[in-house]
Amino acid sequence: MSMNRREFMQLLAMAAASGFALNSRSALAGNADQFYDLPAFGNVSLLHITDCHAQLLPVYFREPNVNIGLGASRNRAPHLVGEYLLKAYGIKPGSRDAYAFTYLDFESAAKTYGKVGGFAHLATLVKKMRASRPGSLLLDGGDTWQGSATALWTKGQDMVDAGKLLGVDVMTGHWEFTLGADRVRHVVDNDFKGKIDFVAQNIKTADFGDPVFEDFTIRQVNGIPVAIIGQAFPYTPVANPRYMTPDWTFGIQEDHLQKTVNDARAKGAQVVVLLSHNGMDVDLKLAGRVTGIDAIMGGHTHDGVPQPVTVKNPGGQTLVTNAGSNGKFLGVLDFDVKNGKVADFRYKLLPVFANLIAPDAEMSALIAKVRAPYEDKLSEKLAVTEGLLYRRGNFNGTFDQLILDALMEVKGAEAAFSPGFRWGTSLLPGEAITMEHLMDQTAITYPQTTLTEMTGSTIKGIMEDVCDNLFNADPYKQQGGDMVRVGGISYTCDLTKTMGSRINNMMLNGKALDPDRKYKVAGWAPVAEGVTGEPIWDVVSGYLRDKKTVAPRRLNLPKLIGVEGNQGIA
Amino acid sequence: MNQARRTFLKGTAVAVAMLSGVLRVGRAFALEWNSAAFTAKKLDEALKSSGYANAAASDDIDIKVPEIAENGALVPVEASSSIPGTTSIAIFSDKNPNPMIAEFNFLNGAEPFISVRIKMAETAPVRIMVKAGGKVYTASRDVKVTAGGCGG
Repeated sequence: MSMNRREFMQLLAMAAASGFALNSRSALAGNADQFYDLPAFGNVSLLHITDCHAQLLPVYFREPNVNIGLGASRNRAPHLVGEYLLKAYGIKPGSRDAYAFTYLDFESAAKTYGKVGGFAHLATLVKKMRASRPGSLLLDGGDTWQGSATALWTKGQDMVDAGKLLGVDVMTGHWEFTLGADRVRHVVDNDFKGKIDFVAQNIKTADFGDPVFEDFTIRQVNGIPVAIIGQAFPYTPVANPRYMTPDWTFGIQEDHLQKTVNDARAKGAQVVVLLSHNGMDVDLKLAGRVTGIDAIMGGHTHDGVPQPVTVKNPGGQTLVTNAGSNGKFLGVLDFDVKNGKVADFRYKLLPVFANLIAPDAEMSALIAKVRAPYEDKLSEKLAVTEGLLYRRGNFNGTFDQLILDALMEVKGAEAAFSPGFRWGTSLLPGEAITMEHLMDQTAITYPQTTLTEMTGSTIKGIMEDVCDNLFNADPYKQQGGDMVRVGGISYTCDLTKTMGSRINNMMLNGKALDPDRKYKVAGWAPVAEGVTGEPIWDVVSGYLRDKKTVAPRRLNLPKLIGVEGNQGIA
Repeated sequence: MNQARRTFLKGTAVAVAMLSGVLRVGRAFALEWNSAAFTAKKLDEALKSSGYANAAASDDIDIKVPEIAENGALVPVEASSSIPGTTSIAIFSDKNPNPMIAEFNFLNGAEPFISVRIKMAETAPVRIMVKAGGKVYTASRDVKVTAGGCGG
């Protein structure tokens, strides 16, 4: 190709504008096939998606720079961030994979490598993997029907249809249940019937402990019986409103799981996989205590972990994976099954780079059809952000800070709480914040905002409670969310302490928080039934329309004690 | 299961659980209501008054409780004892206003197994105490009671 310098610069500018990679030779050369050329291995392949949070289109998603592990979890996957993660997995700084797996140089890397995920791109990738891996199963770990405006407005129907078109074989759930037990039942009994097996060994009726869904399904893969057992998020009725599933009880249910594994083996399963929404720390503990599981393919905690962790247990060993979130990754687990058991394996967590993969036409058409009635509403530009907006991390992200700032200003509150959700996409500086982006952070079925008078000691109590859900020494007592986002109150968080003693030095407007004084606190997403209040997206959209421009947020981060040498914090 | 039958059985189960909670079942076997034990406000006093003090830790007591209670007002507790000669199983929770929650007595040959729902004030150990052959044994499991919300 001959071009002068000026033409070349123009080409670069065009490439940059269209989100194409500038410093990546492979992207400019368009050799996507090479990037996704994953040699087939063995005779049983499982493809895994999880926690896509209804992101049908490609998005930006910044991985956390704070994801602290304590005790046995300290400095081990998934509690490695940034350079520690790169080093642990031998990923080259500045590379495509470094962009996918870490927060490092996020703004410039995002411009270089572009958006990630998107169901049309994922569909092409799934087809490519299936072409080289005949008979492979596609597993969906849940949190699929929630996280976007269209999923909320269609009661998850857009994602139900997208999952079917993608070719999902087996699914379990978590946020699905916040659409209500009846809605989930309806989808499972109708849309999914004969196509997708919805499995959950740990959901039982609250009265007699009768099963609600199938515990597991056995599918033949190249003549080999493979059992997929379902493990729904054990703390759904605790972390989300219990009234959504009043007649069901969840929990981890180790004993029943062991029995289910034994049943599956007795029925001839040569491979047993747990499709789990426990969260990775819970899965790692579970893997050491329940025997006979070849792999736990996990989600919930949104950890993009490049390689499985092998956990030894009295029955042998179990691989534990976690496949990230927001449609960023496709996990590919290949087993070589010989003489009735797993002899060897290969695993790759493939990042889905939207500009390396041609979108699948059929899926693109479905997405366009789903969005058409809402396009005007979705594309409304509320404001322009001057700084990077993101959510993920153990403590306040910039988008949470924006929500807190909006809540405090609009509600006239001295302080505010926003839930430590791990979903929610990222926006680059200079981007317009659309209604769709705002819904990516807020689209839930219990969006009410509240303004409550709370004493200082109540405020501390709430913060201690949530902090323990994140940092309890026993993974089985963690819930897998991040710390409640706090606005207006500065504090220290002592990770060497236990519940009741971690949150200290709480200050509001330069004064120590008075345990007995009442403060006006704004919040949203109440788990109690019957709470009324303006939906969070109305509060924040009004605030954004008014501001027009959003300056970079100043994060209200706690001073952390006990994190020296911790590789979960950059 | 037939819906009408389910509704009926659900009602029955709740009634049985409530009865055992206040020990009417025990009274049917002509046991004395131990008021001092059941109204004691401290764990130590309750254990002493009920004859469960100084129990030896035992691996032969099996306890099934949730790690985190879905509802502190209805925490399912299942316990069984494989200690030979078990004559009673009692439940205590340290931080309840009255730590002694229930006691079950087993007549000759009855299988020492209980399944009830208890109310818990806050995060605390659930202690299962067993009397067998004139000795007392114990095992416990922590149950977390949380305000909820903010997950995942």
